[in-house]
Amino acid sequence: MLASVATFALEGVDSREVTVEVDIRRGLPAFTLVGLPDAAVREARERVRAALLNSALDFPLQRLTANLAPASVRKAGPSFDLALALGVLVASGQVPSEAASGTAVCGELSLSGALRPFRGALATALGARAAGYERLIVPAENGSEAALADGLEVLPVPSLERLVDLLHGRWTPEPARPYPVRSDTAPHAPDLADVRGQGDAKRALEIAAAGGHNLLMVGPPGAGKTMVARRLPGILPPPSFDEALEITRIHGVAGLGDGRLAAERPFRAPHHTISPSGLVGGGSQPRPGEITLAHRGVLFLDEVAEFSRGALEALRQPLEDGFAEITRGQRSLTFPARTMLIAACNPCPCARGAGDCRCNDVDRLRYSRRLSGPLLDRIDLVCQAAAPPAAELVDPHGGGVESSSVIRERVIAARERQRGRLAGSGAYCNADMDGRLTRRHGALGEDAVQRLLGSVEQGGLTGRGHDRVLRLARTIADLAGESRILAIHLEEALGYRLASPVGLAA
Amino acid sequence: MIGATTQTACDSCLRRGYLVGRLAGHIAGALDSPRRRPTGLLALPDEKLIEAVAGEQAHDALGFLEEFDAERARAAVECSGSVAVCCHDSSFPIQLADLEDAPRVLFVKGRGDLASVGDVDPCVALVGARRASPCGLEVTHELGRGLGAAGVTVVSGLALGIDAQAHRGCLEGGGTPVAVLACGPDVPYPRTNRRLYEQVCERGLVIAELPPGQRPFRWSFPARNRIMAGLARVTVVVEAAERSGSLITSDFAIQLGRPVGAVPGQVTSSRAAGSNALLKDGATFITSAEDVLDELFGSGRRQSRSAPSHSQAEPAPAGDPVQGLLLEAVEAGLGVDGACAHTGLPVQEVRAGLSRLEASGHVSRDALGIYRRTAADRPGSL
Repeated sequence: MLASVATFALEGVDSREVTVEVDIRRGLPAFTLVGLPDAAVREARERVRAALLNSALDFPLQRLTANLAPASVRKAGPSFDLALALGVLVASGQVPSEAASGTAVCGELSLSGALRPFRGALATALGARAAGYERLIVPAENGSEAALADGLEVLPVPSLERLVDLLHGRWTPEPARPYPVRSDTAPHAPDLADVRGQGDAKRALEIAAAGGHNLLMVGPPGAGKTMVARRLPGILPPPSFDEALEITRIHGVAGLGDGRLAAERPFRAPHHTISPSGLVGGGSQPRPGEITLAHRGVLFLDEVAEFSRGALEALRQPLEDGFAEITRGQRSLTFPARTMLIAACNPCPCARGAGDCRCNDVDRLRYSRRLSGPLLDRIDLVCQAAAPPAAELVDPHGGGVESSSVIRERVIAARERQRGRLAGSGAYCNADMDGRLTRRHGALGEDAVQRLLGSVEQGGLTGRGHDRVLRLARTIADLAGESRILAIHLEEALGYRLASPVGLAA
Repeated sequence: MIGATTQTACDSCLRRGYLVGRLAGHIAGALDSPRRRPTGLLALPDEKLIEAVAGEQAHDALGFLEEFDAERARAAVECSGSVAVCCHDSSFPIQLADLEDAPRVLFVKGRGDLASVGDVDPCVALVGARRASPCGLEVTHELGRGLGAAGVTVVSGLALGIDAQAHRGCLEGGGTPVAVLACGPDVPYPRTNRRLYEQVCERGLVIAELPPGQRPFRWSFPARNRIMAGLARVTVVVEAAERSGSLITSDFAIQLGRPVGAVPGQVTSSRAAGSNALLKDGATFITSAEDVLDELFGSGRRQSRSAPSHSQAEPAPAGDPVQGLLLEAVEAGLGVDGACAHTGLPVQEVRAGLSRLEASGHVSRDALGIYRRTAADRPGSL
């Protein structure tokens, strides 16, 4: 007899439907698995056999052939176990075949017959919903995550025995519900009010958040660059439901999430020894890299000059396009990578501060060159992070420092203004504007025109720099609630723009 | 020496030049420490020098003296694009004669005119640390440019940092740069400054004591310093640490009884400890090219050639107290946050104010966005 069961396999951060066909025939007892399974899938045979027998079910002593279709795609991982077991049960008549129709299953088996959780439950559920399935059966631990996909009945099942009961109609599980959204996140999220001093870095952070600009912080070690960067997710608008779903899905695939809907944007701070594939994704079974894990959130590169050239080069395309494309063997995968980049570096290679610095101009030039090229074209702002003076550190009141929630209000208002202006243009925030959009929306006040002309004539501003300054000035004007860019906005933007590294050679 | 094809050096002086080159390795061995100044040795006549340094190989060296082929040497010098000028030549810089161990022959390369160095155009040596601060580099550039524009020949050593900046400034000011090398005249050392070496050849002169093709030795750096001090009427040290080679140059200048000036540096910075110590000992206080010109020609007096105005900065923004406070903050290296505290303004206005100052040329930024005051803006500079 022939049975066919639907399951889903992870491919990048998406899932792809796989049909498990099981055929039982008379002959010498054997269990053959075809359809490009990898070692973990091949081992499923042993797990399925033991799990069936330990659940007081029959393992047919006949010739079993299981096929994973489409046969051209390589299958990996243990999440096919449950579908194989169900296929055997249906094919051997232990479960009515119509009971499994319209249902997808996914899960790993233990030898005892209990179901073990798998990675990427939300991605699987979204895939099942998109493929038109009404029900998804998953291990109990995956229920809440999978239930985040609306309009799909997710049935959490603890064991193989219970699965058989369910399909015979002898038992009905409570459909899984997503975990309630945590309401207590606010006290845990680090607040900008904790940061003393750092006026320049905080202001730059606010502008970056308001316009989605990438930021470079320059300052001596210990000045608090990481502390400031870590507080960026707290002043960004909270993720919308769809964004949260994307974040949760990606983190589920990477095995990072706890099954709850992400309430905060992710903050990823990879160490500078990371490899290019660790940063943008890769491996023979391609896994998401740090930039994908930071999707809809913040990627923080501390000591950015120490990252390998290859790693920084690899970042260029994802930062430009908002996704990372990984080609391995015959297939190519796309990982989402829409993230804000915050980079930090020291003012010079010795990192000793102005007074004791022993670097010569060549060392300095070499240091700034390491940053240049791949990364600097994607950075709109550069700010300074200086260690706050002692008086400010010990001041118990912190002198009227704004909290993250106040700044967040302003950021959200500025983003609203951008959304209204950019609706339908394909750009989401000012940082996404190309040259044409920048010129259309960068309406300058009378005085600002003169000021910009002055800068261009002086030779301090190139064509590309001009667009970048205009984008930044647009964001500053949005923060101030002005519809036109005034001279003061433009001047502030000019203050944050990146000087060309050539300036150091002279 | 434009296109000079005649190698005027006399046989004996040329032979001396090649002998020093030949014995360079032995001289290094004969010194107690490789960085000792070889002053005494280089003053010795040929045979005594061989006796003093060659040891067991004295015989070979004497053979070299006897077999020396002046014509072949001239051809080699010619081939390297240089000219050998001996102390009997009228174009040999007369002021070098004050050195007790003056070189008897100089190997010279470049389009400049050796005869006018120090004779027609007064010379100033501008030396300092290789590891210089951005501020030191900027001051040097201004000094070099101001002096070059005033028609003063700027002598330096083509080393990294201050030396290179002095040459660049002088080139920009339209002056004649003179680079004194510790190797042969056709060896661009250090290689990083190759382009600068070519520019100096194009517009000025490269001078060396060692014959063409010679690599530098550790002793040849202090030896080169004595030539710089000997050529220059005034020696100016910009940034020198406590045991810096630049202080060797100023020591030679002091021994020669020539004026020494120094640019003050940050008191807390070890990079300026040597130059600050010079100031404490009575060196002339140099903050601009004007100060050097005063030292050269007497207070307020100048050479007839007028200096072209190069000032790019508008006059200091008088009347705007905020801009003044911002300038103070930048000068003190307070950073943007410090400038906020200093002026009491919110960071938005400080950034905007700083970029106004940048537009008017009062401050500049490096590649990593750190502000500093431009040297051109400091009062009293050219």
